[in-house]
Amino acid sequence: MDQLIFASEVLVNGLMTGVMYSLVALGFVLIYKASGVFNYAQGVMALFAALTLVGIQQGQVPFRHLINAIFGTHLESFGWTLPSVLAILLTAVVMIALAWLIEKLVLQHLVGQEPIILFMATIGLAYFLEGFGDVMWGADIKTLDVGLPQGISDAVEATTANWFGYGFFIDRLDIWATIIAAVLVAALVAFSQYTKQGRAMRAVADDHQAALSVGISLQFIWIMVWSIAGFVALVAGIMWGTKSGVQFSLSLIALKALPVLMLGGFTSIPGAIVGGLIVGVGEKLFEFWIGPMVGGATENWFAYVLALLFLVFRPQGLFGEKIIERV
Amino acid sequence: MKTLKFAALVAAGLMAAAPALADLVVPNLSYRTGPYGANGTQYADGFNDYFTLLNERDGGIGGEKIQVPECETAYNTEKGVECYESTKSSGALVYNPLSTGITYQLIPKVSVDKIPLYTPGYGRTSAKNGKVFEWVFNAPANYWDGASIAIKYLLDQNGGDLNGKKIALVYHNSAYGKEPIRTLQELAKKHGFSLTEIPVEAPGQEQKSQWLQIRRDKPDFVLMWGWGVMNQVAIQEAANIRFPMENFIGIWWAGSEIDVTPAGAGANGYKSVTFNGVGMDYPIYDDLKTHVIDPGKASQGGPHVGSAVYSRGMYAAVVIAEAIRKAQELAGTSAITPTQLRDGFEQLDITPDRLAELGLPDFGPEIKMTCDNHGGSGMARMQQWDAEAKKWNLITEFTEPDQEVLAPLILEDSEAYAKEAGITPRDC
Repeated sequence: MDQLIFASEVLVNGLMTGVMYSLVALGFVLIYKASGVFNYAQGVMALFAALTLVGIQQGQVPFRHLINAIFGTHLESFGWTLPSVLAILLTAVVMIALAWLIEKLVLQHLVGQEPIILFMATIGLAYFLEGFGDVMWGADIKTLDVGLPQGISDAVEATTANWFGYGFFIDRLDIWATIIAAVLVAALVAFSQYTKQGRAMRAVADDHQAALSVGISLQFIWIMVWSIAGFVALVAGIMWGTKSGVQFSLSLIALKALPVLMLGGFTSIPGAIVGGLIVGVGEKLFEFWIGPMVGGATENWFAYVLALLFLVFRPQGLFGEKIIERV
Repeated sequence: MKTLKFAALVAAGLMAAAPALADLVVPNLSYRTGPYGANGTQYADGFNDYFTLLNERDGGIGGEKIQVPECETAYNTEKGVECYESTKSSGALVYNPLSTGITYQLIPKVSVDKIPLYTPGYGRTSAKNGKVFEWVFNAPANYWDGASIAIKYLLDQNGGDLNGKKIALVYHNSAYGKEPIRTLQELAKKHGFSLTEIPVEAPGQEQKSQWLQIRRDKPDFVLMWGWGVMNQVAIQEAANIRFPMENFIGIWWAGSEIDVTPAGAGANGYKSVTFNGVGMDYPIYDDLKTHVIDPGKASQGGPHVGSAVYSRGMYAAVVIAEAIRKAQELAGTSAITPTQLRDGFEQLDITPDRLAELGLPDFGPEIKMTCDNHGGSGMARMQQWDAEAKKWNLITEFTEPDQEVLAPLILEDSEAYAKEAGITPRDC
């Protein structure tokens, strides 16, 4: 009986962790769906967004190491601490500017190229952004605090203790992540279904040529999609950065999104959510039951095994579009 | 003609980049990028700054300037080996790669190339046996010393009795993280505590399963062998499940400011083992300020001066510099060879008085190495984080590890290596 109760706690935490994975996967899906580009830089965008948020919020002087080294100055800070909401809004503006620059400097020159060329360009973009973020804000680990609560939820612990005689652990940050992810997905769905720009985005996703022929600007759509993906990266960066501090490892959370995408499909927003939940629950339950028998630390590889198992039966992923080519 | 000009330009460039023949070359295999870059940067800065101080204040060591060419490894074993291969021909005297993975790859190479490898507080523990590991040195302490000192501290805190207690080891699932397991298993048998091993896959951004297990199992104490983001996440998760921080002890690589700061007040009371002093209350920092920081010669501009990892990097440079000094004295020449430096290491004795002379009173334990003992006394002490003051406080004196348990283990492991590598142990 105890094992069942413990497994239930693991399951709930797996769902919560899955939501955190989905937040990262969503950014990949948005860009892939609209432009057919697998954006290798999505993880680094989350890191860059979080670095920028901390920098703006704490009033750090961007490129201060570079400026100090060249001009012999001792610049450190503007001396302000901005409210979290304002800092998030300003960071969102920076992410939109970044999307505009990416479209102008990279994507625009690659229109009509093979998807693999675009993919390679995003690899270059990832390495560039990683270094650029370091130069702009410094490589130190930064504490991110936008007022999100962390730590065990007393209400959940007390309630489950009453029900099962054992209080479940649920991190309040994970509860917030779930609420924010739900709002984000609802907003994205509403945007793509009920706004003119959203419908244009879907039209581009369905057929570039046909969309162009009815006057939709591919350039505008790409800037818009990369901006939205940048905002999603900011949300993911806030959630993961609050937990571990903002540091280079944030960019590696993309590795957690890959099995989610393989499982849920690269083109489906609900797929990213369901895929995240399945991977989160699957890896946590496997670690709980099988992990101790095989020496533990199974989560990283098991997520991929789980995704591959699904691929055997549904190569396009659970919610991906089936590609049928007639020759 | 163009080719000739280009060749001349390349040759001039190479000559400018290469150290002068008589210089002492101490390559810094550092990592300032990648998932462990935040830690690696601080260590590399401390390492560089001490040699800059010697060059600026004393004109080098024994009149020879010290060159510290840096090579970025990104904490990647393959890149570390590439760095070694690309710098060894520059007259490298000693290597200190700050990575157990790279160390394992370099041990057979330095034995062939006859270049000392100095791995303070990391690397292969049994390299302490100088009869087998002629070119490797790991004083003042190794991982098994650290494990033993953590257990000794817990014994002290529990009236000398850990019988029936539960201890969990949360470790980085790598060569580094696995190092203390054997020792802790032996110590568990000796003292009657149970040991649960909980691996964390690198880099350690997600540790929910591990901390749910700790919450269920309710160990009395948690030990941690972590590095990089794994430390910050583990300390945050421990705070989240309300694990008593005073019962959570990290090894020295899980005992820096950047490990505890992200968890804020939740990290208050967390402890770690350390073999070097903390803070800036040492006379050496006056000299560093005068000769390195104020003239703008500090590595990266000096943003990390005085941090725990910076201090450890500086301490590694202090030991190497003292070994060079000893080697110069033994060889009767200032331009020493790697083999002469090995002799310097093997006769090194950094006494408390000498440390005080260097501006670092009580900064580390006495380091005395011999032909058969390349690991020194293994002494270390405990520090505790004060979240409000944002500083580490030293809470014990230097303590000796349990040599009764460790010595046979070191002998067993080093002899197994000797057999595997076809090495005949030296007579010392």
